[in-house]
Amino acid sequence: MSATDTTGAGGTSSGANRPDPDPTGRRALRRRRARSVAGTLLSLALTLVGLLLVTFIIGRVMPIDPVLKVVGDRATQAQYDAAYVAMGLDRPLVVQFVTYIGDVLTGDFGRSISTGQPVAQDIARVFPATVELATLGTLIGVLIGVPLGVIAAARRGGIIDQVARVVALVGYSMPIFWLGLMGLLIFYGMLGWVGGPGRQGIIYDGMVPDVTGMILVDSLLAGDWAAFQDAFSHIILPASLLGYYSLAYISRMTRSFMLEQLSAEYVITARVKGMSEGAVIWRHAFRNIAIPLVTVIALSFGSLLEGSVLTEIIFSWPGLGSYITRALLSGDMNAVLGGTVVIGVCFVVLNLFSDILYRVLDPRSK
Amino acid sequence: MSAVSRRDWLLSDAPRTRCQARLGALYQGWLTFRANRLAMLGLVILILLIGMAILAPWIAPQSPFAQDLANRLQPPSAAHWLGTDALGRDILSRLIHGSRITLFIVGTVALIAPVIGLFIGTVAGFAGGWVDQVLMRITDIFLAFPKLILALAFVAALGPSIGNAVLALALTAWPPYARLARAETLTIRNADFIAAARLQGAGRLRLLVRHIWPLCVSSLIVRVALDMAGIILSAAGLGFLGLGAQPPMPEWGAMISDGRAYILDFWWVAAMPGIAIFTVSMAFNLLGDGLRDVLDPKGDKS
Amino acid sequence: MTIRLTTRALLLASALGLAPAAWAETPADTLVVAHTIDDIISLDPAQSFEFAGNDVNNNTYDRLVDFDPLNPEAGFQPSLAESWEVSEDGTSITFTLRDGVTFHSGNPVRAEDAAWSLQRAVKLDKTPAFILTQFGFTADNVEEMITADGNQLTLTLDKPYAPSFVLNSLTGNIASVVDKETVLANEQDGDLGNGWLSTNEAGSGAYELAAWRPNEQVQLTAFEDYWQGAPEMKRVIVRNVAESSAQRLLLEQGDIDVARNLTPTDVDSISAAEGVKIEDEPRGRILYMGLNQKDELLSNPAVIEAMKHLVDYEGITGSFLKGQFVTHQSFLPLGYLGVLEEQPWTYDVEKARQILTDAGIDGGTITTRVRDLREYVDVAQALQASMAQVGLTLNIEQMTGAQVLDAYRAREVPIFLGEWGPDYSDPNTNAATFAYNPDNSDEANAVGLLAWRNAYAVPEEMNEATVAATLEQDTEKRAQMYKDIQRQYQAEAPIVPLFQRIEQVAMRDNVQDWWSGGAVTSVIYRQVTKGE
Repeated sequence: MSATDTTGAGGTSSGANRPDPDPTGRRALRRRRARSVAGTLLSLALTLVGLLLVTFIIGRVMPIDPVLKVVGDRATQAQYDAAYVAMGLDRPLVVQFVTYIGDVLTGDFGRSISTGQPVAQDIARVFPATVELATLGTLIGVLIGVPLGVIAAARRGGIIDQVARVVALVGYSMPIFWLGLMGLLIFYGMLGWVGGPGRQGIIYDGMVPDVTGMILVDSLLAGDWAAFQDAFSHIILPASLLGYYSLAYISRMTRSFMLEQLSAEYVITARVKGMSEGAVIWRHAFRNIAIPLVTVIALSFGSLLEGSVLTEIIFSWPGLGSYITRALLSGDMNAVLGGTVVIGVCFVVLNLFSDILYRVLDPRSK
Repeated sequence: MSAVSRRDWLLSDAPRTRCQARLGALYQGWLTFRANRLAMLGLVILILLIGMAILAPWIAPQSPFAQDLANRLQPPSAAHWLGTDALGRDILSRLIHGSRITLFIVGTVALIAPVIGLFIGTVAGFAGGWVDQVLMRITDIFLAFPKLILALAFVAALGPSIGNAVLALALTAWPPYARLARAETLTIRNADFIAAARLQGAGRLRLLVRHIWPLCVSSLIVRVALDMAGIILSAAGLGFLGLGAQPPMPEWGAMISDGRAYILDFWWVAAMPGIAIFTVSMAFNLLGDGLRDVLDPKGDKS
Repeated sequence: MTIRLTTRALLLASALGLAPAAWAETPADTLVVAHTIDDIISLDPAQSFEFAGNDVNNNTYDRLVDFDPLNPEAGFQPSLAESWEVSEDGTSITFTLRDGVTFHSGNPVRAEDAAWSLQRAVKLDKTPAFILTQFGFTADNVEEMITADGNQLTLTLDKPYAPSFVLNSLTGNIASVVDKETVLANEQDGDLGNGWLSTNEAGSGAYELAAWRPNEQVQLTAFEDYWQGAPEMKRVIVRNVAESSAQRLLLEQGDIDVARNLTPTDVDSISAAEGVKIEDEPRGRILYMGLNQKDELLSNPAVIEAMKHLVDYEGITGSFLKGQFVTHQSFLPLGYLGVLEEQPWTYDVEKARQILTDAGIDGGTITTRVRDLREYVDVAQALQASMAQVGLTLNIEQMTGAQVLDAYRAREVPIFLGEWGPDYSDPNTNAATFAYNPDNSDEANAVGLLAWRNAYAVPEEMNEATVAATLEQDTEKRAQMYKDIQRQYQAEAPIVPLFQRIEQVAMRDNVQDWWSGGAVTSVIYRQVTKGE
């Protein structure tokens, strides 16, 4: 068994808005994929097509009428019918699906009915906002969670271990939308420490040339320090919130991995040889947990990408999660399908990434 | 039999009957669990919650639906311990009645999802071959889906109601259980006792039901206990988006959603249900932590 | 792009060295508005029919006639048309266009552009087209019925309609005058430029569209050559902020100038805040209760009568709808010709119970669908509670607007609670949908008519009265006709107007002359100024 498989996840559960804390399933998935590269790619393609099919079917059975969204409340039946045909909904479902897959393969995700713009263009606009948020959230989670987990394991049962445990449990138990509302109220409304809802102060909007779509990066590229400060003041609160959930997960996993290493024979040997405790922990044990830890971080990042729907809604964050939700509720299936493909690809790529990492770095798998 | 001797009997190193051994193991588990003070706290909170749910009509000071527009948005006071909401309803009474909904959701999802997962996972693991391939591909598809969005889609497709919310949560929660069950099955499948049973002429179904399922259950239970809090939060998230319980049902997530319009001046309307959700999911997490120590000795004990 | 860069340079120059926190207020020549604008799906005036889309078009386009934001009571005023003349028999109107007006492209505004714009809207036949086609225009005849000659434009009507009816209809967004040459240059596959205009603009209005990011924001920049003078606010930014609490925080912090979607409680609290003022403006939207006549229980006249007494009008407008709605029990909103201000119904559970008992009704259950908007759900819950007192059980299913609308158009909503916004500034806009339903059969599929959606078989004489009112040339008489129709409506109709929307706009103290468009049109920014 590999290092990742022998550890139990610490205080875990599968909330919608935080990392899937026990990625048993995903690990198993990875293990099987290790068998053959061709098989891997094939199964990935199948997963994606299946994902699209499920989304497509949901979209078609949903009692939300996309035509109505286009023509509006006052439309006559004739106008409605004209739009129905124009949207291609009169064709058989199979034809619609095959046409759609064909279009996607040529990079055409269709046009969104709720924004009136091409879905690819919409996603290019909203996805960077989500990536920016998830990246900063993960960064916060790693920078605090990893050291916290390591120290908790090293001083097992000590005060830091207890604190870490409580921090993690609270993180797992807090409804994120509530925490977000309270955070906004206190840090923006009452204290004025951070920027309000949205990605930027309104006067900075559109000031920084759009290169990556991530405002923090773009403003640095443009050398616009004021815009960077402004964007940072807006992102810090939602990112900290996501970071807290990420921290709860990462710190528990780090602790588990460390505990396992610390009870291993080579650690005992090192200690017997009189190696200092710091050296044992950081130079030996920590180095050995690097691989599973990176996997955990990647998964945590992945679930922040897909799981920030409520955070985005509360912070008026124009990201992918709120884009898909909004699209779903107005029956805008092209947008939902496009968004799902992006998230599906992210999931697949992150899995592939940890697969490769695992094979390259873990000597035992060779 | 005195208390001491019963304890000795339970903890006996040499149980005389199978029953004694089983009870003894349970008692051992209980002792381990009891030593974990946080887990005990979780258990106590949950017992209180269940008591509250059962006795709701008797302990709630008022009807959860009685409106009083003249006394809306009142702060916590002697008359309304937790204040009143936007329609003048007593928040405490709504929270108390809401505990039934919370327990219903958690209980039902915790029953449905692992069962689906257990079934699919063990069948896949046991049958192998193309059955395994197909089932696992389906599981992959559901795993690759963003959970809340999938649940949203289901609820939107089925129509918003508490029953559909439960169904949607169950349908999105099963894949990890399937994976877990399949992994367990793969390790058990070739064990000697399975081969022995097969030699005795046990059919595939019987092997699955009598021999494989029981062995997968304990790890599933741990997983379920740890998942409870997540289920509560997801249900609250659906309620928050207006897709769970319908008005005037006092579902906690929907109550937060109602209260957020008033959050700047009347903090208690959103804060009280928020605290309730937090307390209960915390209790489930503590309980799950404790249970894992008992049931899953391989896991991380602290 | 150039515009953005120069403003950016300006701002940067003035902001040099300042940290973001130092921005206590928005720039002096920029108006920043928080609003929900996620309903925009197209900015083509021939297609746009959503509130936020019309808010944009009202400022980027001019029409033949428009409202004066500083004197809205005066009604429609000459705009691109300098004057007009109605023929003797009342079946044609000839407009004379103003000289020297240009589009944003620099092209002159000609009668030909105006005629083509109207023809285009009729030919495209998008949802709002009925505002024009109700005068007898069709895709086939529109080129003969709407003609341009020199600087004159002539409309030929199929009946001698009341001139006020025609001119009021021409204030609507659909009658916006577009730049024919620019639009045709961007035509694709014979779409009359519909695709291009959905995200672009080709008007002559006081503002040019600088940017639209769906669900995020709209930016407008001043048109310096505007024929009524360039507006003072050089930039208008409308940002989509869905939450009232967020809008309020932004306003309190001075990050925005105007907040348009505050809840009553937020208005209450913010009105006490320093530097903020609230302006109330009655809007045209009517919140009504539609009782579906396909439902056996609800088609009982006693139940209809009882329901009118089960709405806690005062309680509701005094609590959760406080300040945002006033009780209004007739279908024409305040601000319209022929409005009826009588309020025959009061909240009276005893009376309702008595009516039901007399009719031998001792209970019943209704399951209805309500759009998941705070206001509607709260009204539904208040109704639910008072219905319970007389033995009627109301089950509420919350749904998205699209889902409820879908069911409503299929005549499947037993009790509809929601708003109706007038489509143009003439009383016929509401009369023709509340009080007109010539064929109540399912086959008629008159999905656009509220009466049909509620399966209300409007009595023949009311149908006739509604049509007759559109032909009455005398405005006084016309107003009286609408009052009569509404009285009869109050007496018998199963569609019960309850409240009229008041828009409470919260703004920084220095914002002057804000106008959301009143009951009759959309917001206009060009007269807005920011003092000290």
